Formats: sequence, C-alpha cells, structure tokens
Amino acid sequence: MSLNLVIVGAGPAGLAAAWSASQSKANVTLIDQYDQAGGQIWRGGTHAAPKRYQHLFAQQTELRYLNKTHVIGANADHLFLATPNGPQQLAFDRVILANGARELFLPFPGWTLPKVLGVGGLQALVKGGLPIAGKNVVVAGSGPLLVAVASQLKQRGAIVKAVVEQAPLGQLLRFGRSLAGYPSKIGQAAQSIAMLRNTPFYPNTWVVAAEGAGAVQQVRLSNHHSIECDYLACSWSLIANTELAQQLGCKLEHSFVLVDRGQQTSVNHIYAAGELTGIGGEDKAIVEGQIAGFAATGNYQAASQLAHKQAQARQFSQQLATSFALRPELRQLAQANTLVCRCEDVTFEQLQNQPSWRSAKLQTRCGMGVCQGRVCSSATQYLFGWGQDSVRFPIHPVSVADLVMESV
Amino acid sequence: MSSAIIVGGGIVGCAVALELAQAGVQVTLIERDCLGSGATAAGMGHIVVMDEGEAQLKLTLYGQQLWQTLTAAHPQRHEYHECGTLWVATDAEEWQLVAEKAAVYRQHLIPCEILDAAALYAHEPALRAGLVGGLLVPNDSVVYPPKSAVYLWQQAEKHAAKLVYGEVRSIQANAVQLSDGRQLHADAIVIANGQRCIELLPELPIRAKRGQLVITERYPNLIKHQLVELSYIKNAHASSGDSVAFNLQPRPNGQLLIGSSRQFDRTDRQIDQQLLSTMLRKAIDYVPALADVRCLRTWTGVRAASPDGLPLIGQHPEQAGLWLNVGHEGLGITTALSSARLLADQMLHRPAALDLQPYLPRGLQQEQR
Amino acid sequence: MKQIHISINGTRYQVAEHSNLAAVLMTNAIANRRSVSGEPRMAVCGMGSCGECRVTINQQAHQLACLQQCSEGMEVQCEP
Repeated sequence: MSLNLVIVGAGPAGLAAAWSASQSKANVTLIDQYDQAGGQIWRGGTHAAPKRYQHLFAQQTELRYLNKTHVIGANADHLFLATPNGPQQLAFDRVILANGARELFLPFPGWTLPKVLGVGGLQALVKGGLPIAGKNVVVAGSGPLLVAVASQLKQRGAIVKAVVEQAPLGQLLRFGRSLAGYPSKIGQAAQSIAMLRNTPFYPNTWVVAAEGAGAVQQVRLSNHHSIECDYLACSWSLIANTELAQQLGCKLEHSFVLVDRGQQTSVNHIYAAGELTGIGGEDKAIVEGQIAGFAATGNYQAASQLAHKQAQARQFSQQLATSFALRPELRQLAQANTLVCRCEDVTFEQLQNQPSWRSAKLQTRCGMGVCQGRVCSSATQYLFGWGQDSVRFPIHPVSVADLVMESV
Repeated sequence: MSSAIIVGGGIVGCAVALELAQAGVQVTLIERDCLGSGATAAGMGHIVVMDEGEAQLKLTLYGQQLWQTLTAAHPQRHEYHECGTLWVATDAEEWQLVAEKAAVYRQHLIPCEILDAAALYAHEPALRAGLVGGLLVPNDSVVYPPKSAVYLWQQAEKHAAKLVYGEVRSIQANAVQLSDGRQLHADAIVIANGQRCIELLPELPIRAKRGQLVITERYPNLIKHQLVELSYIKNAHASSGDSVAFNLQPRPNGQLLIGSSRQFDRTDRQIDQQLLSTMLRKAIDYVPALADVRCLRTWTGVRAASPDGLPLIGQHPEQAGLWLNVGHEGLGITTALSSARLLADQMLHRPAALDLQPYLPRGLQQEQR
Repeated sequence: MKQIHISINGTRYQVAEHSNLAAVLMTNAIANRRSVSGEPRMAVCGMGSCGECRVTINQQAHQLACLQQCSEGMEVQCEP
C-alpha cells in the first residue's frame, strides 16, 4: 500500500512539495481553501507558477486536489476537513504543512475605516477584480512586500502616493547590500524600484492615523505629512498560520514552526515548509517545499542535495527579520478609544489593565470573535507582551453540520 | 475567626470571599491562573432552578434569588438576561414529565407555564415539527460568569480582601503551601477549587465530569429561551459512561451556546469528536436550522461531581478549620451565591436560611488515605 | 471576460464571472457588515482570516466574501 501524504496549502511551498513527492509512489492529497491553487504569491491559479508546477495537475493522476476545503482540526492520524460536500476525515501517514502566513495588523486611530486594508489584502482584491487604475493609494507598514505590491499596483494604473516604511534608512541600505548574495532577489527588487522611480518613498516613517467619513480619505504620517487617498494598504509584517501545527502538537519557536534539516517538525511524520517556518518569500517556500516533499517520501538523497539552497533561504529569512524589526514607537499608536479587537470592538483602554491574554479574553471578549484572535492576539502580544492561548477546534468557523462526523 | 484563605478564584471562591470579607474577616484568595478562568468560564452560565430532589431545588432556588439581588442594580455588568428555560417534550412520556415538573415548581411557588404544541411553536418556531409541548420557567436566566466572578471579587476587595496568584501544593492545619515555596497562614482554610480539590484532599468523594460546548456566530432571532430536553436529568445524570443531553442557550448578544455532554473521569482538553458529533446531531434534531449555523469555537470544561449530585458545603468532617465548598456538578453558577452564603453562615455561626444537613461534607473515601 | 449578474441588497449588478465577491463589494463602496458597535466594515486581509468581509450569501449568514467567486444569480445581503 502506498504512503498517504497530505499537503495542506497549495501555494509555492505546497506545490513544490507535491512536485517532489510525485517523484515517488506516494498517494498525494493537496488541500487548499481557495478554488484554485497558487496561494497568495501565485494567486489566481498556477499559470503564474514555474512550468513544472503548472504541469503538476495535468500529469499526476496520483494527485488529488481538494479545493475550497478547510482543515479544521486534527488528531494523531486524521485531519478533519470541511469540504464543499460536507465534513470529511482524512487519514494520513505523513502531513506537510504549507499553509503560509497572514499579515500583522497593529491598531492605530482609523485602522477600522473601510478601505484601510492589508497590503497583501489589497493585492488579493485587485487580483480578484478590484479596479485600481486612477485610484490614489498609500502603501505603508514594513517589509519588502510594500515595494513589491506598490509596484504591481502602479503597473495596473494606480497612483501610488507614497510608500511608507517604518524601518530606518540605514537598516534598509544594509538589507539592500545583503541582497548581493541572492541574485534572483536583486532582479525582483530592481524591477520594483524602477517601477516606483517617481513615487515618494519615506523610510523611518509610519502611519499615525487614517481619517475619513465612511471610508479612508486621508492618512497622517509620523513625518507630519498628510496624504489624501482612496485606499490605505498597511501591514507591519507577516505572521505564520501556526494553528494547525499547534493542534498537531508541533513545537513553535518565536511564533514559527520549528523544523529540522529535512523540514520535519517536532512531531514525527509532520513536516512544515515555507512561511510557516520563517518569513522568506517564494524562493524559501519552494526549496523547503521540495525538501519536505522528498523527505516525507523517503527520498533523502534528493532532499540533501538542496541543503545549500535551504541554508541560503533561511539566512535571507533571518536578514529580513532583523532588517524590518518593528520599532517601539508603534506601540504608542493606539489611543484609549482605538479598537484593538475588530470582531468584538474592544478598545485599547479596556485592555490595558488586564493582567493576561486569558483574562482579557474572558473579561472583554477580545479575541473571542470570528477571527479567533488571528488579528488581535498578535497585536496584543506586541502591545502588551501577552502570551498566547491554546488553539480551539475548529480552526476555521464552519457550520454545525460540518462538525458532525459520520464516525471517528 | 479573624482570617481565612480561600483556595480557588472561580465564581464559588469569589462569592465566598465576598461573604467573609463583608463580615469583617481578613480574606486571602489564591488563584492559579486568572479569576473565573476554570469551570466558571467553561460553563453556560445558566441560572436554573433544578428539581432533582428537594435539597437541590431549595439550593438552586435560593441561589437564583441571590442572583436576582446581585444583578438588580447593574444587570449588564453580568450580562444578566432573564430568558427563561423552556423544557421541551418530544413524546407522551415526556409530556407526563411536564405535568409532574409543573406540580413541583408550583408547590414551591415558582412561576411556570405549561405549553401545548401550538403554544410551544408560538414561543419557539425554530423547533422541529412533531413535538408535543413544553414547560416554560420564565424566571430562569443567564449570566456571563467570568465577569460576575470578577465583580464579586472587586466587592470583596473593597473590604480589604487580598488576591494571591499561585498554585496550592498542600494544605496543613491553618496553612497552605504554595508550589513556589510560600506558606500562607489563616484561622480558616476554604477549599473552593472545583474538581482540583481532589489533588489536595484525595479523600473527597468528587469525580470529574467533563463537558464540551460549542459557541456560534450571532443569530439574534433564532431562539428566545434556553431550550432543554425534558429527559435532561435522566440523560445527563447517568452514573457512568458518556452521555449527551440537548441544551441550547441564546446569549444576550445573539450568539448560541450548544450543549451538553458528560464524560466521567476525563480532565484533558482534547475535543472528543465522536461525542461532539452525537451532541450536535441531537441539537440539529431539535432545531434543524442549527445545521447551517456557523460555529466559532468548541471547548471542554470539568464539572466536580459528588455521588448524590449535591455540593459539599461545610467543615471537613475530620479537620477543624478546613472548610469545603465543592462538588457543584453542572450547577455551580446557580449555586455559587447560595452555597457561599450557607458556608459563611456556618463559619460565622449565623443562622442559615436552609436546613444545612443535606449539604454537609459527607462520604469521605477511607481507602485512599 | 464573460459578464454575469448578481444581486446585492436587492440591487442587480453586472460583474465579470469569477470576480472575487469582496472585491465587487469594495468596488461599489458597499460595507459588508456592521461591527458590534455599529461601524461599517469592508474586507481587510483578503485571505480568509480576519472575518471582516462576512455577508449573507443565498440566505446563508456569516460567509466570507473574500473566499467567494461571484456566480450567476448569487444573492448577497449585507448588514444595513
């Protein structure tokens, strides 16, 4: 009987894992919450992906793709799924977690106004049909995603009024110099920078407030500039979607899943690749995905040949983390009446005297709403230094009927 | 008695703290996590008069009256909401129970209304077709217990009560030893830490009865009353094995709490998928529209159950100065205030409103010493 | 691109087939929901984790618009 390998997430890491696993006789199931594979980076289908992944679906009869499916929980040998056809339990021998990252949002006055959204969030909606040509956009926060998305938006005709990066210029220049070690990154960066040559770029600067009636109309910056805009795209960093890994018992380190050189987590037969193990973008996702796919199917020889690339990717990931470390001033942005929990509308003032995250949850309902703390728990961790609570089943909100399993 | 240490900052411990502090006792409350975070946070917060025997009925009714007094000034601080309990009858046998239950309530002057099928659907149109009727008990209510626990504590603090965060490792005469080495002394020690009491006092006849609950998104118009199956007591209080009983609560904000289940001797936090499925299948059977309702979260909680279902309220039979308020099973929110009052009455030599005999600590297990 | 029709709060809209529903709502400046304290909200994360884009789709409440592609005849209701 061939090995049942389940890959969670069909972005670059998941597709790379599926490709290398397909070199063996494994029975591969690939799961994703969207209609189409591709994840955030290759969003809207695999046509944006390298050729070998585009062909994956056509060639591999062994590959089963479960789209529009959420993994809502797990035990030692089954994943619990919510599929368009109802609940399903999926037995596994091996799991590769490749379910990526989300953006870190920190509260500031006006951040709950309509059309203030994530940088990746705006990118996703534009790919989903939001017309951006002729619209005034401010892109703010931190990280290389700002420049990458700003240049894409400009390419589509957006008027990017400013790119606002909280990291100091010296740190950015050091980061720029370090790119010399990563030729593919230089190309991408050069393209983006060329695209943005007439766009104001403010390093060492951050959004202090968004203002407007009914939707954002103006953004105030820490350098005392005010900019009128139709959209404010703002995110401060990326955070790994570790909920499923935690349900499976995998150890975390600094909020990322801890893995060995073969991408195996602290739990036997559970692997993790891509942003889950540290933010590093497409290259890291692909090499880690490939290694995980090889290692999970016993192809250690092939996995070890990628060790050098893996080390490089991880080093880049480290550099990203230090170069774009968040400055302490960002903790002061929220005012007493600024909402911190958007699901339950809990203000900063209601939270600031709570002794712990658990107490804040129980006494104010912060983090008890539909996002289950995905937005506010990382924010409060940063703002108040609180720890995290355990992950509750189901990982994603689903219908009652989706929790009724046939038999377990 | 001039000082007391209370072990456990749940709703029961906080209620005892307030009773004693108000009477001038120097109170120290010890909590391992944060106030109201154990079974207090895990339950439904249903303030319900239960009629499984005279002693239970009196304790829950007394509790309900004290809750009404406590919440009267600021009901929203407790998210107090008098939604009433609607006991639902599915067949002729349960319809018979409606009449019996109504008779008991009326005997104790508890308002209640017998509903035939038409009246039942007028009250709760989301219930499935084919039910025979129900019993509406309008004074039953819901609260949000973690907030109430903190409220009780804040009142106790006004009477100079002190809060200590720590884990109690052992109990000595007039002292407790914390796991970090601290030792605290008082004239009286009160054990109010729910199921964890057996870690400190293994002779207590308390067993864990684990439950699982589901909370949903907001559906403010689906149901109006807390809906409970009439066979609840029969289904919920089997003496062994896993069981489920239909129990659906509308929170004041429109969210729904779906229960209930019982599992003996389990205290872990892993959701039992099979039991959850059985519980939810039953809920969908009663209220079919629940099938499409979005669930946000499930969790487990541990009830502390005594063999006869009544809490142990009073002095430890073999240790002077050691007092107990444990074993409330699924009724600890309802009985928190009444049991705290009855305990304080004993500790302070005050007359009590109820005959204390049924609740006095009893049934100690000798062989476990 | 093939055009289809969906209804939002009772009004008919022509949209490109497979458009993302959260994108369509933002294009038309329609708030997806009202927050607990009454603020209008639109999509934020665009990838199914923040829950701000919840709407009622074909009578099913609390669906994430950002994970939905528009399809012919889809009926969308936002909190007023």
